[in-house]
Amino acid sequence: MEGDAADWRPTAGPIALQRRAAMLARLRAFFGEREVLEVETPLLSAETTLDPHLEPLSSRVDAPGIDGRRMYLQTSPELAMKRLLAAGSGSIYQVCKAFRGGERGRWHNPEFTILEWYRVGWDVHRLMREVAALIETLLAGSRRLEPATYVGYADLMRRHAGIDPHEASIRALRRAVADGPSPIDTSGLDRDDLLSRLFGERVEPRFAPDRVTVVFDYPDSQAAMAQLNASDPRTAERFEAYVGDIELANGYGELRDPTEQRQRLEHDLASRRRTGRPLPPVPSRFLAALESGLPPCAGVALGFDRLLGLELGAGGIDEVISFPIERG
Amino acid sequence: MASYNMNQVRTGLKVLESGEPNVIISCDFIKPGKGQAFTRVKMRNLLSGRVNEKTYKPGDLLEGADVIETSMQYLYADGEHWFFMNPDTYDQVEADAAALGGAEQWIKEEDVCNVTLWNGHPILVAAPNFVIREIVETDPGLKGDTSSGGNKPAKLETGAVVKVPLFIQTGESIRVDTRTGEYVSRAKA
Repeated sequence: MEGDAADWRPTAGPIALQRRAAMLARLRAFFGEREVLEVETPLLSAETTLDPHLEPLSSRVDAPGIDGRRMYLQTSPELAMKRLLAAGSGSIYQVCKAFRGGERGRWHNPEFTILEWYRVGWDVHRLMREVAALIETLLAGSRRLEPATYVGYADLMRRHAGIDPHEASIRALRRAVADGPSPIDTSGLDRDDLLSRLFGERVEPRFAPDRVTVVFDYPDSQAAMAQLNASDPRTAERFEAYVGDIELANGYGELRDPTEQRQRLEHDLASRRRTGRPLPPVPSRFLAALESGLPPCAGVALGFDRLLGLELGAGGIDEVISFPIERG
Repeated sequence: MASYNMNQVRTGLKVLESGEPNVIISCDFIKPGKGQAFTRVKMRNLLSGRVNEKTYKPGDLLEGADVIETSMQYLYADGEHWFFMNPDTYDQVEADAAALGGAEQWIKEEDVCNVTLWNGHPILVAAPNFVIREIVETDPGLKGDTSSGGNKPAKLETGAVVKVPLFIQTGESIRVDTRTGEYVSRAKA
């Protein structure tokens, strides 16, 4: 994308800018009524995610007392917000920028606005209902949504992909992916990559365009920072919320056990090492916060730009952000 | 030829897929929040014209295809091949019927055509968008029918048959849009 004379102009029109401001105000009212505290945490931190599918952007920071430290732009405010929770903040929310290297497409920009919140003392199902309520409330001015639907990950995969995600062999998964409408060389794809491909290709397109679909009980191998289900440890207390096939939010019944959290981070590091990706340090302040005690809580992150895009009926993220990466 | 990674792939790029040249017509970045990124690429096969879709992983590479579009002058046909010349270098290439794909019914010696070359061989020849051709055969129009109402088939000197207004006669030259095969106007002789 070469620069041209019109590059200085925003890609979002004046209506999108006004709607963004109005939606932010409604969002703050939503949490204000519910007595959830708005917080800010650093965008730039020495600690970052080790998730093998996220690429943090980093910078060398020089300042008095800080000599050439490698610091990371957050991929989400999760680590810092959990440190606040462990310090006794109570329920909190934050709306801020997050950064993910390598992500650019119709609904992706490497810099985007994220809404993240945590509910102390809530279980994951209660938070799922609040996520649906928030989406419905913020979209109420522009579209009338049918009541939200809640459905298990394994049910969806069995119904639409003909695959039991817990039992299927990797060969069966490869075959199912290879039979899809958009062929792919499956070499180098692991079990979760294949499941993710099947979910995206067979399940997501089935979601109704006029309602929130909440998918829960993801496989334990995709738990990320969710705790495992006590009743079925093959699954984790992780959920995602969609409107149509647009992925809006990802939430957890939060993992609180520091030992298990450390093991998952080591596992992620090993995966990054295998694939030759950058190796940020293990986030020791975050782990220390878990050691000191994270209260039982559920948390979720939501792509604010996409929600605004749904309100405006936009065809992509560029219509709702002032300057996408090519014009930044 | 260069290889392209998934950050370099874009609309209009010419790449090899299964050994054949393709032009990319769209690419979508697909990335679940927690999961592997993919790039879904739609491409048109430049030999068959068919559109195919494939999904690639971030580490995958696409091999560039040596495909260029260039203006060449049509020289002559020998019954099996059509010969074109690069007006700058005087290099000549021969195209087969598959590459002409119907353009042969419009073109005439010295026409400048858009020729797509793959590894130096023509795989696609496009006739000029507008040509002026003489009518060699058409039914005589009815007397008094000067402008409106109906049309009739007319055969051009190059072989194409186009629908023309009833008043157009054998021996006249007309202007035709080769992309639609439609009559545009009478041409001054």
